[in-house]
Amino acid sequence: MEIFKKITHVNFVGSMKLYFTLSIIAIIISIASVAWHGGLNLGIDFAGGTLVQVKFQQTTSTEGLRKALDTIKLGGSIIQQFSPEEFVIRTAESTSDLKGLSDHIEEALANSYGKGSFDVRRVEVVGPKVGKDLTQKAILAVVFSWIAMLLYIAWRFEFRYGVGGIIALIHDVIICIGALSIFNKEFSLTIVAALLTIIGYSINDTIVVCDRIRENVRKGGKKDLGEIINVSINETLSRTILASLTVFIVVVVLFFLGGEVLHDFAFVMLVGVFIGTYSSIFIATPVVLVWEKISPSKMRR
Amino acid sequence: MFRSIKVQAAIAATICLAGLFYLAPSLTDNLPSFWKEHLTKEKIHLGLDLRGGTHLVLEVDTDKAVESTLERAANNLKETLMENKVRFRSLERKKDKISIELYEGVSAAVLDNILREHYPDLEVASSETASGKETASLRFKVKRTTELKKLAVEQSLETIRNRVDQFGVSEPEIIPEGIDRIIVQLPGIKDTARAKNLIGKTAMLEFKIVDDEHSLDEALKGNVPEGDTLIYGSGGSGGEADRRASVPYLVKNKALLTGDSLESAQVKIGDRFGDSYIAIKFNSQGATDFERITSENVKKRLAIVLDGKVHSAPVIQERIAGGQASITGSFTMDEAKDLAIVLRAGALPAPVNILEERTVGPSLGQDSIDKGIWSVFIGAMLVIVFMAIYYNLSGLVADAALLLNIIILLGTLAAFRATLTIPGIAGIVLTIGMAVDANVLIFERIREELRGGKTVRAAVEAGYSRAFATVLDSHVTTLIAALFLFQFGTGPIKGFAVTLSIGIVVSLFTAFYATRIVFDFFVLNKKIKRLSI
Repeated sequence: MEIFKKITHVNFVGSMKLYFTLSIIAIIISIASVAWHGGLNLGIDFAGGTLVQVKFQQTTSTEGLRKALDTIKLGGSIIQQFSPEEFVIRTAESTSDLKGLSDHIEEALANSYGKGSFDVRRVEVVGPKVGKDLTQKAILAVVFSWIAMLLYIAWRFEFRYGVGGIIALIHDVIICIGALSIFNKEFSLTIVAALLTIIGYSINDTIVVCDRIRENVRKGGKKDLGEIINVSINETLSRTILASLTVFIVVVVLFFLGGEVLHDFAFVMLVGVFIGTYSSIFIATPVVLVWEKISPSKMRR
Repeated sequence: MFRSIKVQAAIAATICLAGLFYLAPSLTDNLPSFWKEHLTKEKIHLGLDLRGGTHLVLEVDTDKAVESTLERAANNLKETLMENKVRFRSLERKKDKISIELYEGVSAAVLDNILREHYPDLEVASSETASGKETASLRFKVKRTTELKKLAVEQSLETIRNRVDQFGVSEPEIIPEGIDRIIVQLPGIKDTARAKNLIGKTAMLEFKIVDDEHSLDEALKGNVPEGDTLIYGSGGSGGEADRRASVPYLVKNKALLTGDSLESAQVKIGDRFGDSYIAIKFNSQGATDFERITSENVKKRLAIVLDGKVHSAPVIQERIAGGQASITGSFTMDEAKDLAIVLRAGALPAPVNILEERTVGPSLGQDSIDKGIWSVFIGAMLVIVFMAIYYNLSGLVADAALLLNIIILLGTLAAFRATLTIPGIAGIVLTIGMAVDANVLIFERIREELRGGKTVRAAVEAGYSRAFATVLDSHVTTLIAALFLFQFGTGPIKGFAVTLSIGIVVSLFTAFYATRIVFDFFVLNKKIKRLSI
C-alpha cells in the first residue's frame, strides 16, 4: 500500500506567508489563554500542596466530600471526580509535620464515612521548598535542551538550520502550553517531561527535511534555495508524515488506555507530535530561506 | 560488518536470547532451580508508583542540632565557671548564641582564658563593657558548626536506618541528598502514618526529677524557680488518648539520664491487666547512675520526659539497683512496639521535617501495571498491523524487529536493575512508535530508489546507507532530550528517560542490523528480483 505514490508538488515555500500567519495567530491565542487564566494551572509539583486520591466503595457525591473536608477547614480544596467512586482532593497547603495534612484528611474522611469505606489510592505532598526547586529545574531543563538542539543542528548542518530548528521548537512548546491552558490541564512534572520529549522528537522531522535539503544542494544544479527546499519537502513528505503517524498511533493508545497519570502526558504528546511535524515543514525551513536572502549559504553546492 | 549472513544472524539471535534470558524471571516464577542459582533471578525492578509504597524527602533541622549542642555547652560552661570561681550574673543560651553577663570587676580576659582552655570550639561573637560589667555573646566557631551539622545528618541517617530496619519493610532505601536532606523509600508499606511517625519521632528520652518543694501554681503564674522548668504531659497514665490532656509539671531542668544510657527496650505484657509496657534496661554506667539517682531521691517523683512532654511521673519508692525500669501507660500494641523501636534505635539529634511525600496505594499500583501492559500490547499490535499493511512483507520484517526491540529493551532493564515506573511504561510505548520510524525512513528511501530505477540490491543498499545518517541524527536529539529529563526529573521521570533512551539505542540495532540481515538474505542469497515493500 502506498499513499504517496507520486512525489507531490505542493508549493510549500510559496504559501509560506499564510502558514507563518497561522502560527502567529496560534501563538497569540496560546499566550492569551495563559494570561486569561492568570498563569499556568500549576500542579502541586510546582506550586506545592497536598493531593489525596480516594476511592470509595460506594458512589459518593462531591458535596458530601466537601462537607467532610469542611470539618478540618479544608472545604475550599479542589475536588476532581474521576468516577462515581473516585476523587482527587487537592489543596495548596501542606505542612512539614509528621502528621501531615494527608493524615488529617484521611481522619476526617474516616469520621464522616467510616474507616473501611474508602481506599487511599495515592498521596502526594510537596512542600514549598521542593516546589520551588522543581520549578527552577524544569525551566532550566527546557531552556538548556533548546540550546542543546540548536547547537547540535548547527553542528550537523549550518547555523541557520539550527536557528530555524530552535524557532520551530519554541513555537511548538508555546502552542503546547497554550493547548494545556485552553483545556485547563494541570501543569505537572509529567507534563514537563512530555514537553521535553516533544523537543527531542519534533526536531526529528526538521532533521529529515534539512538532511534532504543538504543532499539536494550537494547534488548540484544552480537552482535557488527556495526551489530546492520546496522539492526537498515534497520528497520527504511521505516519510515525515508516516513517521509521525506511527508515533501518533501509540500516543493515542496511551491517551485512552494509559490511565490517569499518563492521560495528560499523552494529551501534550498528541498536540506536540502534530505541531512538531507542522513546524518542521512550515516554520523551520522558511526561516532558513529568509536567512538565505540575507546571507547566502556557504554550503558546498 | 561481517560478511557472512550466518554469522550476522547468529549474533542477532544471541542478543535476542540474552534479552529473553534476563527477562525470564519477570515472566514466570517457575524457573528451574539451577537457573535461579547460577543465572539471573532478578525480576524487573518496579518503581514505587507501580509497586505501591512511600517516598519521603526529609530535611534535618541542622540548626536545631547545633542549638541543642550549644545548650549542653552552656550548661557545662556554667559549671566550669563556678568551679573556677568566675562569678557571673546570668548565662543563658538564646537561639544560636550564649549570652553571659559577668559580675562587676570580673574581667573579660578571665572569660577568654576559660574559653581557650576548656572550650576551644566557642568564640566571642561580640562583647561590651557597660558600667564596669562585661557582657559577651558566644557562639560556636564556623568550623565546629559545619562539623556539627554534618554529624547531625549522618547520625539522623543512621538512626532512621536503624528504625526502618526494625520496622520490617522489605528493600527500604535510605539515602542522603544534598547537605541536609534524606530520601526514604518504603516499598509496599500499608500504614504510612505509622511509618512517618516512626521515622520522624525525635524520641528524646530524658529522666528529670519533679520539683515538689516549690509551688506549681506560682510557677504557672510565671514565677519559675531557678533551675526548674514547666513541662506539660499526660495526667497519670500515658497512652495516646490521655496525652492530649495537658497537665503541667514543675521539673528540675537538668536531665539526670537520657535515652543514650539505654541498652535495650522491649515490649512486654503486664500480668495483671494484659497491658503492654516497655521494659528498659540501662547500660552499666546508666545503671550506676540510676541507682544513685533513685537512692538520692526516694519519695520524689521521677518524670519520664519523651520529646519534651512528660510521659509519666511515678514516685521513686526506693533505691533501684540493677538498672532496669519500666515505662507504663495505656499503649496499644503498635504504640508500644514503635516506642520500643525508637528507644532502641536512639534519638534523632535534630527534628526532621517532611519536604515531600509521595505514596501510592497497592491497588493503584496494580491498576497502573495492568493499564501499562494493555497500552504496550495494543500499541504494538496497531503498529504491527499498520506496518504489515503499508509495507507488506518488509513491514513484517520491521514488525519482527519491533518485537525484538521490546524484548531486548525489557531484558536490559532487568539486567541493569533499572527501575520501571509509570512514565517508564510510557517510554516503552513511545519507543514502539519511534523505533518503527527508523524502518519507515529506510523503507521509504528504498521505495524511492526503486522508483528511481535502481536494482533491488542497489536500492536496499542505498536505502540503508542514506537513511542511517538521518536516523542517527533523530535518535541523538531524542537522547539529548532524554538526558536533560534524567538530570532534572524525579524518580518516575528518570524511569521514563531511561526506558526511552535504551529503547532508542536498541532500535538502532534492530532497525539497521537485524532487519538488514533478513533483507541481505533474500537479496543476496536468494537473489529475489522484486521486493515486497
